Amino acid sequence: MTAVEDRPDTDASSAKEIGRDRRRKEDQRLITGRTRWTDNIALPGMLHLAMVRSPFAHAKIVSIDTEAAKAADNVVTVLTGADLGEAQGVCINAWAITTEQVTPTHVPMPTDRVAFAGETVAVVVARTMAAARDAAELVDVEYDELPAALDLKKSAADEVLAHPDLGTNKSAFWKFDSEEAGTGGNVDQAIEKARGDGIVIEREYRQQRLIPAFMEPRSTVVDPTGEQITMWSATQIPHILRFALAATTGVPESKIRVIAPDVGGGFGGKLQQTPEEMITFAVARRLGKPVKYTETRSESLMTAHHGRDQWQKLTLSAEKDGTVTGLKVELTADLGAYVSLVGGGVPVLGAFMFNAIYKFPAYQFNCQTVLTNKTWTDAYRGAGRPEATYAIERLMDELAAEVGVDPLVVREKNWITHEEFPFTTVAGLEYDTGNYEAATEKAKASFGYDELRAEQQRRREAGDRVQLGIGVSTFTEMCGLAPSRVLGSLNYGAGGWEYASVRMLATGKVEITTGTSAHGQGHETAFSQIVADRLGVAFEDVEILHGDTQISHRGLDTYGSRSLVVGGEALVRAADKVIEKAKPIAAHLLEASVDDIEFSAGRFGVRGTDQGLAMAEIAMAAFAAHNLPDGVEPSLDSDATYDPVNFNYPHGTHLCAMEVDTETGGVLMRKYTCVDDIGTVINPMIVEGQVHGGLAQGIAQALWEEAVYDDSGTLVSGSFVDYLLPTSADTISFDVQHNSTASTTNTLGTKGVGEAGTIASTPAVVNAVVDAVRHLGINDIQMPCTPERVWRAIHDVRGSGTTDTEGAAMPHFDESTGMQGTTDRTDGANQ
Amino acid sequence: MARIELTVDGGKVSDDVEPRMLLVQYLREKLGKTGTVIGCDTSNCGACTVHLDGRSVKSCNVLAVQASGHEVTTIEGLADTHEGGDLHPVQEAFRECHGLQCGFCTPGMIMQAVDLLAENPTPTEAEVREGMEGNLCRCTGYHNIVKSVLHASSTTAGGAR
Repeated sequence: MTAVEDRPDTDASSAKEIGRDRRRKEDQRLITGRTRWTDNIALPGMLHLAMVRSPFAHAKIVSIDTEAAKAADNVVTVLTGADLGEAQGVCINAWAITTEQVTPTHVPMPTDRVAFAGETVAVVVARTMAAARDAAELVDVEYDELPAALDLKKSAADEVLAHPDLGTNKSAFWKFDSEEAGTGGNVDQAIEKARGDGIVIEREYRQQRLIPAFMEPRSTVVDPTGEQITMWSATQIPHILRFALAATTGVPESKIRVIAPDVGGGFGGKLQQTPEEMITFAVARRLGKPVKYTETRSESLMTAHHGRDQWQKLTLSAEKDGTVTGLKVELTADLGAYVSLVGGGVPVLGAFMFNAIYKFPAYQFNCQTVLTNKTWTDAYRGAGRPEATYAIERLMDELAAEVGVDPLVVREKNWITHEEFPFTTVAGLEYDTGNYEAATEKAKASFGYDELRAEQQRRREAGDRVQLGIGVSTFTEMCGLAPSRVLGSLNYGAGGWEYASVRMLATGKVEITTGTSAHGQGHETAFSQIVADRLGVAFEDVEILHGDTQISHRGLDTYGSRSLVVGGEALVRAADKVIEKAKPIAAHLLEASVDDIEFSAGRFGVRGTDQGLAMAEIAMAAFAAHNLPDGVEPSLDSDATYDPVNFNYPHGTHLCAMEVDTETGGVLMRKYTCVDDIGTVINPMIVEGQVHGGLAQGIAQALWEEAVYDDSGTLVSGSFVDYLLPTSADTISFDVQHNSTASTTNTLGTKGVGEAGTIASTPAVVNAVVDAVRHLGINDIQMPCTPERVWRAIHDVRGSGTTDTEGAAMPHFDESTGMQGTTDRTDGANQ
Repeated sequence: MARIELTVDGGKVSDDVEPRMLLVQYLREKLGKTGTVIGCDTSNCGACTVHLDGRSVKSCNVLAVQASGHEVTTIEGLADTHEGGDLHPVQEAFRECHGLQCGFCTPGMIMQAVDLLAENPTPTEAEVREGMEGNLCRCTGYHNIVKSVLHASSTTAGGAR
């Protein structure tokens, strides 16, 4: 169990807030059902929308007959893309990764051609949700089916075009080379040399397609009856969404208010400007009435953006003793049918992380993004960094096997030692702090590494049917997106700053607005702790306001483990301005010089005396404004916009023990230990929760989850019956610990934590599964490591001596129906 | 339309509903009991779990007409079923043990946990994991949900209701 188990919630009022296990402020509402999910919102006269969606992955729209639907009871109207015209706006790509990027226009409701199964072609507006959904069945759409680009590699070769008018599926090619960048040597020379006198590891790994699968289906309500058109939406990005609505519909930004009320999870999946939001906005404007659209779970799985979906070709060169001399990465990344908001930027975010915690002298990263006729892809927890971490941590295990040493030995030989920080990597990033040795030692002890290795050896020698494997992942990540100049140099369309303001109320209470937009992370609690310490006010007296462009007018929202490390720093700076504004007032009231005023624990004192005034007293004095120094405004309110100077680099050592049944291929997690360095911890309880959830998602990629399409481009894992989210019975309790070194890139010393568990855990699990059967000649099993794939790996290798793993699932049509086809899991890793 | 009469969170209600209307739709759309939520359309996620005559049901799997003549308790009325305190011990345990993050699955999780503890007041961790299997959570990795249920068991010695 975790270190938090026995930690009491101390009530000592003198205790500093930072570091306390404060129970969450937001929970009282959530555990009693007093919630504000978007779908809970009902407005007078509100109408309901249902989408008519394409069953085909790629087809011309020949005609759309809406007459029968329009005639149905309680239907107000049925609208197509042609009806809405330019008023529907477009879905934008904020990050063209090259200036030559091929980007298909993404109209929310296309009029001539659909490019993936699930794309909306008409919208029904009715008095009730049930009437809208019933009438959607009556819309008669005639399609002329086109060949669909489905397989990623074939699509990359332009065998079938996803968008025939573009002439190619290749969207953009992005490259980083350490020799060209001046950050390292020539990777091809390193590989050539190793072919002669060293070790070359060549692998191709598959990052399967995943679905973020947040628990709250997306929902949008638009009320056009006020001076500002108000949109409530289940989104991570109210500010970016408002910008995109204004930029593409012609409605002035000042006429739009976007609210993210209670939002039920996101994991990157709600980091989007969606067609459904655009359509809802357009319909509300057209009808002048409030409208609501809430997706079904099936619609969510089919059309909300997916994640991952890459092939990774990897070449690692090393000396015979395991010292790495170079790494070359060639990625093929599936964008799906459109280039989404972040789009090709997701694999590029991984470009700087393949070298991980290691001192590689030469490095090259190549990425080709590809359009297909599948659901579009974008950020999913980790976004680029899990892919990079998976690749390098799998490779380090392979290298260890080649050298014939423990996987931790080969890592230690190559990692940056704690004396070497700050360290500039071969990818050009400056890592500020860390201690890989200490985290690893702590993890090994807690895990019982040596004992488990001994048990593994015993079971191998005994030829046990159930074999034990131990997986290692010593990960790092870059988070706290992001320095605006860096984003600019990467051709991203916006900056990476964050905003906060502090409102000192007359009664001594404090309202904070933040441009971040929490959806389960506990910002209300953690940010209150920061403010309470900074201003010396009570935790309970701080209110955190967010997720409404009218309340928090500036912000760049929540993703990329940025809220605390960027948003928290903005908060600190705004709070410090409050103190500076209060000092002259305190000096005036205390009849002292400003230079003699000291602020400590919420009190402005006069140096060398026992005189002083509390923050609340200054707030009241500023409010009354009866007795202020000349030229001082009657307000303590302050704000700050903070642009980070660097990313920050959490790291950790994750150890996983898996049992593999060599007869059935079944796998079972026995133990999972992680020791993470996320810098200063504001609230240990919340942090551990973030790690637990992250671990479960990363483990799920390794073992269970995969978005599967059939050979006509239909998502067959389109419900929770078919898309395997883990349950409580599939998972175990985790051993979560910390070994903190304070970050030097922000005042509080914090590092990001939201994505760490997901980034680290996937390779730890797969390394453990492979380790359990490596003695049988196996060096890879494609994710998810289902019993079938594990069984096939064991049995194929016994027969043929190859390591291919089977990709395709069994035929999913009963032949007696006259239908045929198999699922389109892409073939094995050696393809 | 069919006439239904039932008790929801201690209050008697009656309505004319379409026979096809699900209990969860009735709770949300007719009664405004939006504390109970819809997370899927295949009865997998359990977010809509309520109690029907004291036993947990997925309210997307029950027709409103089937609940007629019966007693329904939702997350909004749960605390009132417990004497003393503003929260039911299981609600309190979820807060104490950080058993929720975004909170969307939480009403269903709590209702299911109450039923589990009524049936088995002192479950083992494995029994909790099996008993909560029908409720999906994407945030917590279940670690703290399991801990919450065990905590509730220990604080009430199983006397969760």
